[in-house]
Amino acid sequence: MSNIPADLKYANSHEWLRDEGNNVVTVGISDFAQEKLGDVVFVELPDEGTEVTAGDAVAVVESVKAASDIYTPVSGTVIEVNGSLEEAPEQVNEDAYENGWFFKIKMSDSDEMGDLMDADSYADQCAED
Amino acid sequence: MAKQTPLFDAHLAANAKMVNFGGWNMPINYGSQIAEHQAVREDAGVFDVSHMTIVDITGEDALPFLQRLLANDVSRLNTPGKALYTAMLNQQAGVIDDLIVYNLEKGYRTVVNCATREQDLEWINQQAEDYSVIITERDDLAMVAVQGPNALQYASIALGDTHGPIAGQLKPFQGLPNEGWFIARTGYTGEDGLEIMVPAPEAEQLWNRLLDCGCKPCGLGARDTLRLEAGMNLYGNDMTETTNPLESGMGWTIAWEPGDRHFIGRTRLEEIKAQGQHAQLVGLILEGRGVMRAHQSVHETEDGPAVGELTSGSFSPTLNQSIGLARLPVSIKDSCFVEMRGRMLPAKIVKLPFVRNGKILVK
Repeated sequence: MSNIPADLKYANSHEWLRDEGNNVVTVGISDFAQEKLGDVVFVELPDEGTEVTAGDAVAVVESVKAASDIYTPVSGTVIEVNGSLEEAPEQVNEDAYENGWFFKIKMSDSDEMGDLMDADSYADQCAED
Repeated sequence: MAKQTPLFDAHLAANAKMVNFGGWNMPINYGSQIAEHQAVREDAGVFDVSHMTIVDITGEDALPFLQRLLANDVSRLNTPGKALYTAMLNQQAGVIDDLIVYNLEKGYRTVVNCATREQDLEWINQQAEDYSVIITERDDLAMVAVQGPNALQYASIALGDTHGPIAGQLKPFQGLPNEGWFIARTGYTGEDGLEIMVPAPEAEQLWNRLLDCGCKPCGLGARDTLRLEAGMNLYGNDMTETTNPLESGMGWTIAWEPGDRHFIGRTRLEEIKAQGQHAQLVGLILEGRGVMRAHQSVHETEDGPAVGELTSGSFSPTLNQSIGLARLPVSIKDSCFVEMRGRMLPAKIVKLPFVRNGKILVK
């Protein structure tokens, strides 16, 4: 059974979001997603300062198995990326919710957070997959 | 409902992630495919390969039948247990399957792929009509592969007093029967090791003993990256019924001599050879970041048309970069470009294998 922290929000496409206050969210991929991908070997991150719209593919994660787009679930500006993933992409597998984070976004429309799932709904989605 | 090997429960006990592979419920990994890969390169790993199809070919015509059926010549197997790798071709010289043949005391043992089992058996039986041979599928046997620099040492202990001594006396590419078991010094990883065929009811005990002796359980994911680093073909990817062995890196497995041995596909293959070979299977190393995948197109220049494609591609844990196999015109040398997700990325063309016995062989 994969780990789905209760204090996070989740997108259909398996990203998690942590509300950091001040309209800033941290985004990563769920434990369920990393397990599906298998060993992550490369991560391609967006440039800091990039303007993004909810649903945009903004990062790429390459595992031994496949390449997958990572979508931003909210609109805004990328204010920070986790550069340590370039050297140590295995953090996505080992620590999906902490050291394995991808990017931080300063939201332009915080109402978009309301469209995301809570942990219970996301657990239901994973159970169906 | 996917079939289960006799080791199904053992896989679940080792926390395997199971997938459907050619109709079999098989372990893809037990946590980390890369850790399993490294265990085989540096120590020892054990794989359940019971999904592979074991077929014994016996009877008085076994030798002439296989000399007709296979592109390599089993008459070269002139010592007990000696094995060879060969293609089984159709009349158009397309590869129906690749297989290993072991010389048994009476007849031959072959190991063919699981995904091609039905076509293979149908083809073999069809070709056998005019020969006095007995074709027996050995689904009573399970098979495990123990691979890595320490594989022989661990396996000798795990195999105990009855079977351990056999493991110690095998030469590379030799397999011998022993009390209903069959132990061979062969594999699909580029490391030393054994493939052990064991009566199904005894498989789980063997598996557990191998784990106790230090072998790490490894899944099909690691099996694929290991064979790719070793420059070994995967049937269905690197060769198929529509590609011939010359353009699939299998030229060395064709026994042209004696010239009067009329193996199936020979006539067409001679025509192809006479016309001159135009494509070959080469190794690619991606220069930058990213992972090459099968079917991505390969280009001679950054803005030129596709000249071929990747037949296999993955990440090499030993080289720490992406490697692949590609079928390219023989005229293309040294470097090329691979189209990956809309971008053209440079790749180096190298001679295979990438890795053998734990060492990187490409520059």
